[in-house]
Amino acid sequence: MVATEPYKIVGTRPVRPDGVDKVTGRAAYGSDIKLPGMLYARVKRSPHAHAIIKKIDASKALALPGVKAVVTRADFREAGPGLIDIGEGPPVNLKFMLDNVCAGDKVVYKGHAVASVAATDLHTAEDALNLIEVEYEVLPPVMNVRDAMLESAPLIHGNELTGGLTAADMGKRPSNIANRVEFEMGDVDAGFAQSDIVIEREFETAMYHQGYIEPHNATALWNKDGDITIWTSTQGTFSVRTASAMILGVPVSSIKVVPMEIGGGFGGKIPVYLEPHAALLSKKLGGVPVKMWMTREEVLEATGPTSGTYSRVKIGAKNDGTLMAANVHLAFEAGGFPGSPVGAGAMCALGPYSIPNAFVEGFDVVVNRPKVAAYRGPGAPASEYAVESVIDEIAERIGMDPMDMRLKNAAVEGTRRPDGATMGVIGNVQVMEAIKDSPHYKSELEGENRGRGVAMGFWFNAGMESAAYATVVSDGTVALVTGATDIGGTRASHAMQLAETLGIPYDDVKPHVVDTDSIGWTGVTGGSRTTFAGGWAVYEAAMDIRVQMEERAAKIWEVDRDQVHYDNGAVHGPDGKVFSFKELAAQLPHTGGTISGHADVNPTTVGAAFAGHICDVEVDPDTGKVTILRYTAVQDVGTAVHPSYVEGQIQGGASQGIGMALSEEYFYDENGVMRNSSFLDYRMPTTLDLPMIDTILVEVPNPGHPYGVRGVGEVPIIPPLAAVANAIYNATGVRVRKLPANPRNLLEEMLPPEA
Amino acid sequence: MSNRIIINTVINGEPTEFLADERDSLLEALRERIGLTGVKEGCNNGNCGACAVIMDGRLVNSCLVLAAETEGANITTVEGLAKGGELTPLQQTFLEDAALQCGICTPGFLVAATALLEQNPHPSEHEIRYWLAGNLCRCTGYDKIIRAVQHAAERSA
Amino acid sequence: MQDVTYRRPATLQEAVQLLKDNGPTARVLAGGTDIIVMARERRRDTSMFVDIKAIPELTGIRFDASEGLTLGAATPLYQIYRNETIQRLYPCLVDSASLIGGTAVQGRASFGGNLCNAGPAADSIPSLIVLEGKARIVGPNGERTVAVEDFCTAPGRNVLEAGEILVSLSFPAPQPNSGARFLRFIPRNEMDIAVVNAATSLRFEGNNVVAARIAIGAVAPRPLFVPAAGAALVGKPLTDESIAAAASASRDAATPIDDMRGSVRQRKHLSYVLTERTIRDAAHRARGEALEH
Repeated sequence: MVATEPYKIVGTRPVRPDGVDKVTGRAAYGSDIKLPGMLYARVKRSPHAHAIIKKIDASKALALPGVKAVVTRADFREAGPGLIDIGEGPPVNLKFMLDNVCAGDKVVYKGHAVASVAATDLHTAEDALNLIEVEYEVLPPVMNVRDAMLESAPLIHGNELTGGLTAADMGKRPSNIANRVEFEMGDVDAGFAQSDIVIEREFETAMYHQGYIEPHNATALWNKDGDITIWTSTQGTFSVRTASAMILGVPVSSIKVVPMEIGGGFGGKIPVYLEPHAALLSKKLGGVPVKMWMTREEVLEATGPTSGTYSRVKIGAKNDGTLMAANVHLAFEAGGFPGSPVGAGAMCALGPYSIPNAFVEGFDVVVNRPKVAAYRGPGAPASEYAVESVIDEIAERIGMDPMDMRLKNAAVEGTRRPDGATMGVIGNVQVMEAIKDSPHYKSELEGENRGRGVAMGFWFNAGMESAAYATVVSDGTVALVTGATDIGGTRASHAMQLAETLGIPYDDVKPHVVDTDSIGWTGVTGGSRTTFAGGWAVYEAAMDIRVQMEERAAKIWEVDRDQVHYDNGAVHGPDGKVFSFKELAAQLPHTGGTISGHADVNPTTVGAAFAGHICDVEVDPDTGKVTILRYTAVQDVGTAVHPSYVEGQIQGGASQGIGMALSEEYFYDENGVMRNSSFLDYRMPTTLDLPMIDTILVEVPNPGHPYGVRGVGEVPIIPPLAAVANAIYNATGVRVRKLPANPRNLLEEMLPPEA
Repeated sequence: MSNRIIINTVINGEPTEFLADERDSLLEALRERIGLTGVKEGCNNGNCGACAVIMDGRLVNSCLVLAAETEGANITTVEGLAKGGELTPLQQTFLEDAALQCGICTPGFLVAATALLEQNPHPSEHEIRYWLAGNLCRCTGYDKIIRAVQHAAERSA
Repeated sequence: MQDVTYRRPATLQEAVQLLKDNGPTARVLAGGTDIIVMARERRRDTSMFVDIKAIPELTGIRFDASEGLTLGAATPLYQIYRNETIQRLYPCLVDSASLIGGTAVQGRASFGGNLCNAGPAADSIPSLIVLEGKARIVGPNGERTVAVEDFCTAPGRNVLEAGEILVSLSFPAPQPNSGARFLRFIPRNEMDIAVVNAATSLRFEGNNVVAARIAIGAVAPRPLFVPAAGAALVGKPLTDESIAAAASASRDAATPIDDMRGSVRQRKHLSYVLTERTIRDAAHRARGEALEH
């Protein structure tokens, strides 16, 4: 570790507060709920990728014994205009969001929801699905981004989208291009003219799913008094409340969202899918709770994958390795409705580097696939894969060590990105140097058909609103409540920061994640923001307690407020007077009452994240199968609050990135039907597909956080794509420009051209 | 309407009689009829291992077993691993080694790893990876899970 | 899940009667790892599960040095690959049994179920073919025996007539200087359906190959027994040339389709590669040598 503060609790590895419940099966996830009188519901979905809905007839379903209610689009409000900020990613258009939750006039992907049905038990609800009759007029689907951008492409949203191919084109002509972003810096043409070497390449990445093991779920009760309660596994209870209120046309105050434990999200459990259906079914039933959860097939076909992408990257450099200019073109599939992460992909594309002249453009394009959702560093894995591949090729061409070339051009504090942002205190150089110093990079890789690759990754991280309320209990413990759903150790990292700030033992903090009526607005657990921004809130709440405890001690001792100060878990007064935290806590009830600290914060002093990965592979020349022999992930983590969970984030991100590089993909047939909508054929890495993933934590504290915290969760998914591809090149001589590099694709590259 | 049947089993050491639909899977019966929701549904077709239970001494995916088949069977779920208020070494090392993040796959991994250590108390890393290949985890990259199993094996040595 | 009834007959006769009385939507339930999913996802119309695991003849492993090996059709895979006799004398069955599904699937799935499913990519069938497996079938009209290579007729279809049950699989006792090997190619290292799979059995007398059987899967509507591939090896010592000829025969016999699991070109190529690899490994086993992988 590069830097450490003399913390007592930050940097240790205690057992998480919710741990015992999660190893004994007691933890309650969304679909574990059971309420009196509860009914079960399922969603009826489109078998077509693109079709007009002519007619829906639910009469046969409603006649089936046990079936209690059916909801179709007719039961939803009329969609008005308006953008909603749901948390991560761009704001969402209400009409499109509503159309995605329940199709209106047409379906725009296979699996698109068209109705839902509630029944007395699960089997009956499922039986009823086949009895809901939907008549379609099938339209030709548009399945990939480049086809969708052609002028001849069928228009998925008629005249509604007019993104345009150039800035001048925007708003002029209907197309499937929903939006276009553009960043420019310096003089790109001059930069290329000054370059000794210019390489331009095209890349494709497949559509990938977040792959959380827990399917989406929602349980809702629309009470007769108009109050709605939603129990769900979500990354953001407040974003569920906002989105549900907009879709249902009710005030946000009429909805309470209760966070259940969440079985993975990675960005994909931010949108609402089932919640409005469950609520409307409950309303139709006169206030009976309704529980829903998706099958795996539904999760894959109808929830948040990330964009399939096409990119074209041109980079120019001097023979000494100085990067002179870059031109990055990105086209991202948004799915059936606008809103791909192409903006973030464009912002991050050149992040690790200082390049004086750059032009970046990105296109958000609708296709007949599920509407994409955020997925860990949304947009960045694809754009940075393309850039890191070209950088690697330039380094090879000019005969430079790939890390030396990266170091020569590394972004540092003050470096301006093409999108206009300027880097703060960052650990980019330190990460690059740690790679060079690592035992892995220094080792020799021996053996035939083996190769090593390196790649960097950049992610800007997020801040956003967070709240924390902490109450001192008379036995000297502190009850901490937050609104940040705990997706993988948040309770621990928040409790640790509270304990550190108060100078009390970690075990004396009891953290709880509470519903939307019980805490201030809290953004999603996503954007690598929760330990950072939630930590800020916890710190402020603790400081609030410290001040109040000083005041209380002064009152008890009958001394001047200024003579009392809080330090290291105790309150000190004049003449050696001292209260330990526990002693003072015990006095509180009869000296004026309970003390609680409150904080609602919206910190913007976010610290950006950099990661660099080293990957060794062996490629079977007869089959094109890639085996990862060794993998090391280096990352600037700011301060590792709980190093085990930081390592875990890095290892998990790396494994998802490896899945993108080697095995995962959405596979559609010519009718727009996904052919691999199961965990059998949507191939996420298993235990046998990965080695141990070594981590090296570099700590360059973020000066914008009391404990130097940076977000750590997202950036590790970015480097693996290019690290693996670059390793494959060094093993085989094949530059992989289409991911995944599964055996089918790689063998095709390795075999001689077909006669 | 479908048929309801009464099934007699032993679950986590307790004789258990329950009413099930004839088309219930063991997973559905455990979760929705009996209330043992520690058994998780991840895919419902045998490809993720989140619903793993031990049935008559062998590891099975409860989504691939009919409840009706369990008449007379002896079943252990994650809820039955800890005996007498004590966590098992595996549960303990999963906590200490941070072998879980979201926790949804954890019951399946714990049940599967328990079955492994019962028949092979000192597995190699490859044996652990082979045995657990039917259990998907999306959060951890498996590193800390494999290590937790190794540490539990060392601890019971 | 479709609305089903569940029956657990104690005798073969009872099971045959149930199947006969309830028509084609009454389905045999062994391990259930495929049939339960198919019924749940409504991909195969099912009204009744006839659970055959309580019938004595359907489970268990019997070996006799002269008669050979008999496996109850519903014997779960984990019992097969943990059986010491099978490990010693039929390692090719261990290859297959230990590759199908994950551990939890192996606790239930069976060779009989894998064979009756008649999937073109089934990971047991090439092994059953090259080991000269015979399927014993009992039905309303009595009993018959079918060679495994003749059992499957099309994807998901087999020779079983209404009311018939696959009871057991039997294999001759292995001869001296013989060896067999099964391999499959999958994109990951576990949990996938084979892109291509292959099995080879060989018997040597002196340096010469005197018998060879080769089968490949996932390259035709049913698992393919390729006599021409075996014939390319027989009557001569095993050489790079003869292996290449056999592998080419496999590749030529393959008529694969293009789908999400593999392309035509990839499958043709892998038919060659896996045939070659299984021949080399089978030869090692025939000589009593350990395999490298």
